[in-house]
Amino acid sequence: MKKKKILWAGIFITGFFLLILIVSFFYTPYPPNSMNGKEKFLAPCWAHWMGTDNFGRDIFSRVLAGLSTTFFVGISVTGIGAVFGTILGAFTGYFGGWLDEILMRINDALTAFPSILLALVFISILGTGKYNIILALGIIFIPSFARIVRGEFIRLKELDYVKSAKLMGAGKMHIMFVHILPNAMPALLSAITVGFNNAVLAEAGMSYLGIGVQPPDASLGKMLSEAQSFLFSAPWYVIFPGIVIILLILGFSFLSEGIGS
Amino acid sequence: MKFMIKKIITLVITLFFISIAAFLAFQIIPGDPVLSLLGMEATEGQIEAMREQLGLNEPLLIRYGNWVLGLLKGDFGLSYHYQIPVANLLKDKFPVTFALAGLTILFMFLSAFPLGLFYARFAEKKIGRVFQIINQTIMAIPSFFLGIIITLIFGLLLKWFTPGKYISYTESLTGFFGYLIAPAAAIAIPKTAMIVKFLQNSVLAQRQNDYVRTAFSKGNTENRVLYVHILKNACIPVVTILGMMIAEIMAGSIVVEQVFGLPGLGRLLVASIEARDYPVVQVIVIYIAATVVIVNGIVDILYRFLDPRIRVEA
Repeated sequence: MKKKKILWAGIFITGFFLLILIVSFFYTPYPPNSMNGKEKFLAPCWAHWMGTDNFGRDIFSRVLAGLSTTFFVGISVTGIGAVFGTILGAFTGYFGGWLDEILMRINDALTAFPSILLALVFISILGTGKYNIILALGIIFIPSFARIVRGEFIRLKELDYVKSAKLMGAGKMHIMFVHILPNAMPALLSAITVGFNNAVLAEAGMSYLGIGVQPPDASLGKMLSEAQSFLFSAPWYVIFPGIVIILLILGFSFLSEGIGS
Repeated sequence: MKFMIKKIITLVITLFFISIAAFLAFQIIPGDPVLSLLGMEATEGQIEAMREQLGLNEPLLIRYGNWVLGLLKGDFGLSYHYQIPVANLLKDKFPVTFALAGLTILFMFLSAFPLGLFYARFAEKKIGRVFQIINQTIMAIPSFFLGIIITLIFGLLLKWFTPGKYISYTESLTGFFGYLIAPAAAIAIPKTAMIVKFLQNSVLAQRQNDYVRTAFSKGNTENRVLYVHILKNACIPVVTILGMMIAEIMAGSIVVEQVFGLPGLGRLLVASIEARDYPVVQVIVIYIAATVVIVNGIVDILYRFLDPRIRVEA
C-alpha cells in the first residue's frame, strides 16, 4: 500500500470516529445508563444496532459514551506528555550539559518499566478514577516525548539556518521555539499519534482490570470485563466494544505511519 | 570486555534507581502500615512493639538498606492483607508468569521469522500489500481482547480447552502448558505482528546495499540472496527489539492473566493494588522491572557479539 493511501485511510477512520464522537455529545439513541428489565440481552437489531447488555442498556449508546471517555483520556494524556516532554526535550537537547545527562539517565530507568506497570504503581498510590489515570499516564508519557524532541533539537541546532539566525542576534528562546520547534513537528506529530494509541490501550487495559475509569464514567475496557461473564450467551456485548477499540487504534497507527513518511 | 563491564555497571545503577523509586513511592502513601497489619483495635503497646519488630523506628536510610538486603536474601516482608511473608505468597506465582512469558517468546520467534521473510519476499506484490493491511490490523488488537475472543472461539465454541479451568504445574506439567497455550497466543500474536513489520523494514533497508547488488550480479537467485545474504544482516536489528518486547510481554501478562484466570504475578499484583497490600505491590513491581532491565542488558551484550562492526568500534 502506498504511503499516501495509508495516510488517507488514517484520516478517514479517525475522522469518522471524531464525527460520531461530536454527534454523540448531542444525541445518543438511548441514555447510556438507562436500564430496561424487559430488554435484556437483545441481539443486534434495528432498535439496538449493537444489541443490549445484562441490564437492558443499549450497547451502541454505551460504546459512544465510552468512546468519549477514551478520547478524553487519550487527548489529555498525550497533551500532558507532549507539552512537558517538548519543553524538557527542547532544553536538554539545545543546552546539553550535566542536566541533560541526569535527565537522560532517569529517562532510561523509567523506560525500563512497562508503562502499564508504572501506571499501576501510581494508581495504587493515588487511587482509581478518570483523573488519576490521566495524571499517572500523562507523567509516564513525558520521557518518551522528551527523548524524541531532544533528538530532533540536537540534530537541528547544528544546521546552517539556525546558525545564521544566531548570527542575526536572535535570542535563545526565539531560536528554540520559533526556528527549531516547527521543524521538529513531523517527528513530534508522529510521536503524538503513537502516544495516543498507547494511552488508549493502557486506559482500556486498566479499566478492564477494574483499576481504571470507574462508574458512572463509561469505558470500553470496563465494558469488556463486564461482557466477559456473558461471553457465550451474548457475544455481541464483547465484540462491538472490542472492534471499536481496534478500529480506533488502527486509524491512529495509519495516521502515524502516513505522517512518518 | 571493557564494554561488558561498562554495561554491567550501568545495569547495577539502573537497578539501584529502580529500588529507590519503588521504596520511596510507597513511603509517601498516607496511612500507617502497622495499623493496616494489626487492625484498628490494637493497643498502644502492641503498636509500639510491632513498629520495633518491623524496624519502622529506624531512619529512612537504614530502613531502605534493610529492605534492599532483605530483597537480596529473599525476605520480602509481611503482606498486610494475608498476614504471611510475601515470599510465601509469591513462591507459586513466579513459575506461572515466567512459563507464560517463555511460551510467548517461543511463539513469537517461531512465527515472526517465517512471516517476516514471506512478507519481505512479496512486499512489492499484491499479496504483500494485502498481508500488510492484515498485519497492521493485528497489531492494533489489544491482547486482552484477543484473549477474550480466543476464549469464545477455541474455548466455548470449539471446546479445545476449558476456560477458567487452570491446571497447576504440580498437578500435570502437560496440562499446565496446555492451558498456557491460549494466553500465550493472546499476548504473542499482536507482538509478532510488530516484529514482522520490523523485520520486513529491516530486510527492505538491506536491499538497498551494494552487497545485494553484487550478489545479484553474480547470478544468485532472488531466494538465495534473500535467505543467505540479506537475512543474516536483517536479523541483527531485530535482536534489539527483543528487549523492548520483554517489557511488552510482562505488561501483557498482567492483563491477560486476568482474562484466563491464571494465578500468576499479574493477578496477584492487581488483587494487591485493590487490597492496598503495598509490600506485595512493591516486590512485584521491582521484580518485573528488574527482569526487564536484566534481559535488556543481556540483549545489548548479545547484540555486540552478533554484529562485528559494532564490536570493532567499541
